[in-house]
Amino acid sequence: MKIHLSHPSRNIEMAGPKRVGDVLTELHLIPEGYLIIRGEDLLTEDERLEDSDTIEIRPVISGG
Amino acid sequence: MKCRKCPAQAVLKLPRHNTAFCSTHLTDFVRGQVERAIKSQKMFHPNDRILVAVSGGKDSLALWEILLKLGYQADALYVDQGIGTYSQTSREKVERFTELVAKPCGATLTIHHVEEEEGANIPDLANLIHRPTCSACGTVKRYQFNRATIQGGYDVMATGHNLDDEAARLLGNVLHWQEEYLQKQSPMLPASMEGFAKKVKPLYRLTEREIAAYAIVNRIDYIVEECPMSKGAKMLVYKDVLNRLEAESPGTKHTFYFQFLKKQAKAQPTQGSMTQTDHATLKPCTSCSQPTSTGICSYCKMVARAKTATS
Repeated sequence: MKIHLSHPSRNIEMAGPKRVGDVLTELHLIPEGYLIIRGEDLLTEDERLEDSDTIEIRPVISGG
Repeated sequence: MKCRKCPAQAVLKLPRHNTAFCSTHLTDFVRGQVERAIKSQKMFHPNDRILVAVSGGKDSLALWEILLKLGYQADALYVDQGIGTYSQTSREKVERFTELVAKPCGATLTIHHVEEEEGANIPDLANLIHRPTCSACGTVKRYQFNRATIQGGYDVMATGHNLDDEAARLLGNVLHWQEEYLQKQSPMLPASMEGFAKKVKPLYRLTEREIAAYAIVNRIDYIVEECPMSKGAKMLVYKDVLNRLEAESPGTKHTFYFQFLKKQAKAQPTQGSMTQTDHATLKPCTSCSQPTSTGICSYCKMVARAKTATS
């Protein structure tokens, strides 16, 4: 699957199928700091992602 | 995962509330928390005029949208800091939101251009006076938002500070035992004396993640990019640490901040003591008349130093 990450903006690839929670764990990301978006939909951690999916892992922490 | 309130698919799990919501019930939850914040802290009344400080980010645009949807009279002020493409993009997001959402509700947007008004953009201003960029930015924004609220005849100024912001700020103040700052860390600061606008934080009951999810499901187009000047900022470190604790023990951020508010309310009636302290320590700035603890306020000093440096 194709994954877009921010801060800094970059694209990576990961083999599917995988659950959203497992993708975050593999990337060492804490769920509380991110939202996972597929198309216009928000996904919960139990959602299954296919190899053909494109998702965005959007950070929610902001502010200096 | 299903929504806890209906058979629809959930879009967000909220471990601290041991629940999950679909987009409709997430929207209800977020707006409900804002209404609860407004009422419990006596932030403003239905007929009050509110000025929202907007940045183009998720929190301030979501706040403006929620207040308008709840039927409040809320205008907004955007401060254009002149930070390259970041400011350009954030301004475009705010202007687009104004056209699509705010204007149809009868609300207006005012833009303050730092480069035009203060004589230099924020990074240059900070360089000229040898201060960190975030410090110069904070001084300008606090001053301009307060001034616009007073001069525009608004009853109150609202900012998009959320539970993560407040918990991280509290952690920073406690780590350094900055007790003098703790008194002013409240979701509602009264207009303690002439020249100070009443300031409120209606999102203080909501986490950044809940607000970001609200913005996404309600199609609020906000700037995801971080301010390039905030790289390495302590607040981001504190937020990350708190999120690690939250992952281990959901509800930690809420308990940390809300127990502080409870203790603060027990220790002293905030409004009375703050008004007394402000009256005892603050006087009108000899240059602009905004309250200050020194003869000339930090904003006027900064602008004067910048003008001297460029002349």
